[in-house]
Amino acid sequence: MSQFTITIDGREVEAKAGQTILEAAEEAGIYIPRLCHKPGLEPFGGCRVCTVTANGRPCSACTQPAAPGMIVMNETEQVKDFRKTLVEMMFVEGNHFCMFCEKSGNCELQAMGYRMGIDVPRFPFLFPKRNVDASHPDILVDHNRCILCARCIRTSRDVDGKQVFDFVGRGANKRVAVRSGTRLADSDADVSDAAVEACPVGALLKKRVGYATPIGERLYDKAPIGSEIENGEES
Amino acid sequence: MSTSNGMKRVVIEPVTRVEGHGKVTILLDDQGQVHQARLHIVEFRGFERFIQGRPFWEMPVAVQRLCGICPVSHHLCAAKAVDRIVGGENLTPTAMKMRRLMHYGQMFQSHALHFFHLASPDLLFGFGSDVAQRNVLGVAAAHPELAKQGILMRKYGQEVIRLTAGKKVHGTGAIPGGINKNLSIEERDFLLEDLDQMVAWAEGALKIAKDYTVENLDAVAGFGSFDSNHMSLVRADGAMDLYDGVLRAVDKDGNVIFDGVDQQDYLDVISEEVRPWSYMKFPFIKSIGPENGWYRVGPLSRINACDFIDTPLAETARQDFMSLTDGKPNNITMAYHWARMIEVVHSIEKIKELLHDEDLQGENLVVKGKGRREAVAILEAPRGTLFHHYKVGEDDLVEQANLIVSTTSNNEPMNRAVEGVAREYLSGQEITEGLLNHVEVAIRAYDPCLSCATHAMGRMPLVIDLVDADGNLLDRKGKDTGDAC
Ligand code: FES
Ligand code: NI
Repeated sequence: MSQFTITIDGREVEAKAGQTILEAAEEAGIYIPRLCHKPGLEPFGGCRVCTVTANGRPCSACTQPAAPGMIVMNETEQVKDFRKTLVEMMFVEGNHFCMFCEKSGNCELQAMGYRMGIDVPRFPFLFPKRNVDASHPDILVDHNRCILCARCIRTSRDVDGKQVFDFVGRGANKRVAVRSGTRLADSDADVSDAAVEACPVGALLKKRVGYATPIGERLYDKAPIGSEIENGEES
Repeated sequence: MSTSNGMKRVVIEPVTRVEGHGKVTILLDDQGQVHQARLHIVEFRGFERFIQGRPFWEMPVAVQRLCGICPVSHHLCAAKAVDRIVGGENLTPTAMKMRRLMHYGQMFQSHALHFFHLASPDLLFGFGSDVAQRNVLGVAAAHPELAKQGILMRKYGQEVIRLTAGKKVHGTGAIPGGINKNLSIEERDFLLEDLDQMVAWAEGALKIAKDYTVENLDAVAGFGSFDSNHMSLVRADGAMDLYDGVLRAVDKDGNVIFDGVDQQDYLDVISEEVRPWSYMKFPFIKSIGPENGWYRVGPLSRINACDFIDTPLAETARQDFMSLTDGKPNNITMAYHWARMIEVVHSIEKIKELLHDEDLQGENLVVKGKGRREAVAILEAPRGTLFHHYKVGEDDLVEQANLIVSTTSNNEPMNRAVEGVAREYLSGQEITEGLLNHVEVAIRAYDPCLSCATHAMGRMPLVIDLVDADGNLLDRKGKDTGDAC
């Protein structure tokens, strides 16, 4: 049973044992939206943007293993609206000013918003008070833009072997914190850490890079997020 | 405000063809005569505080939110300041010329928009003419060719902005120590295509503005006019320079008040006064003091302050302009329009010069050096001198910012202009259509950007109140701002 078939939106797709739905879909050139998932990291299942239905039940495609005969729905109106709602909530929960954010054009959240056709979120903006940690000489943490995907936490722990970050607080108060103190300057974070590159949004940044890439040449200027998978390009 | 001293107030609301939201109050005395006029700004959202705590390299892009009308000016002014923060103020030739190209593009499109969209109805039909016709639609009906030119000139300037900044609005081109793109051969050739047409149309607009002023000199000379000081950046050799230079101020007769002042030292010569009734600050020339130290900025002041213009068509036009006042500063409010069109010609001449310069295709885009924690930048924006001043902490975050926009410098002059017009046209205790229109015309000559001045994030409508000596509102009039830009 190392190789079997599942269907995604009615299309038969080959899957291998141990693959998640998301991985099987990706190999077949089908893009399932995702934010917390990052190749090279253990599946996390935090953001739920990858929600599909498998045999009629909603699940996160980045964690759910594919199973023989599984019937996956990725593009139904219901599934799409659910994901869109989640992404809209992320926009209103933080302070995302794409207009002047240096991550604009390279931001996965923004690109997801564009792909999903979000103009104005249907929820009121919360404008939370969040802080900026600029204590580190080369790295900036802007909590205003954090979507709690844990990619920095996981990359630091599993790739850099450092454990610079962790979650603190619960529910609406949950946030990413520096484990070893209150400021990033108190940690052993270094600008060459993989974690610095792991952020999908503009919450964790190399300092003083800013808008060096001109408009038109940024990651998502030419094609929407996910099209590299749909076009079978290496991501 | 005090009402116990026998004053009355008249308030004039939406000045229709002024961008933004302000309010004019005309204050009457016991005899029902105009005592004072004030241009108020209604809203204030503390932009300086909004950028506190943000990283300095965000400034050139973040400050564009200050104003939807002149974002490119803020973009470039902040970029000039952060150049100094990273020690990159000696830009490469490519970066310097791309920035200048962007700036002249902005100047061209802003002035073209103001002239054709906002000012030309007054100039073509006369500002006492029928209001129903005296608007941009009236111009389009009576002078369709001219209206078309206006639209295409604006568009051309926007294309220059797009190809230098990356986008027509909220671009990112200017970065600390340089620019993030050069101009490709294809982009250059695209801009060269319509260039000669633009030069010709700019000269046409200049002629309209000049002819209007000269032919109606008797009516125009006294209209909202007054003697004043004038301030502007000039190049070290005294040439007009809209992007960089040293500060110079001259008095009404052209005597130098200060000259050659380094941008970093602006606080040695300029101070700001806060008045209780306005969120807008009132800058003044220190050596003269708050009472008489106010000055004008913008096209009129730039022409008055400079010794010459380094492009031939604009220099000829400048000499022509100065001959009207025997080489002394021109203090006529309505002459702003003529001066503005001289700058349109200058800008397109500069664009032409730059497009033929191979440095624009250079690859060397950014320089950095020994940085600093505090920097000032001054730029001549379309509406006048613009100041950005930042202090940055050890952690790279902005600790303090002070911005003086051109409309703030023109605050007192606009009050004077409105006061003069109100004295002339107010009769009785009612804001007549004639008064309203004339106040509009006077304010519009300054092309104020109230959006900028109040640091509001977006566009606001502007509204006149007539108030008596006891503080009673006698009349209120205003028209909705129908047009956006
Ligand atoms: S990508 Fe699957 S839950 Fe985030
Ligand atoms: Ni403005």
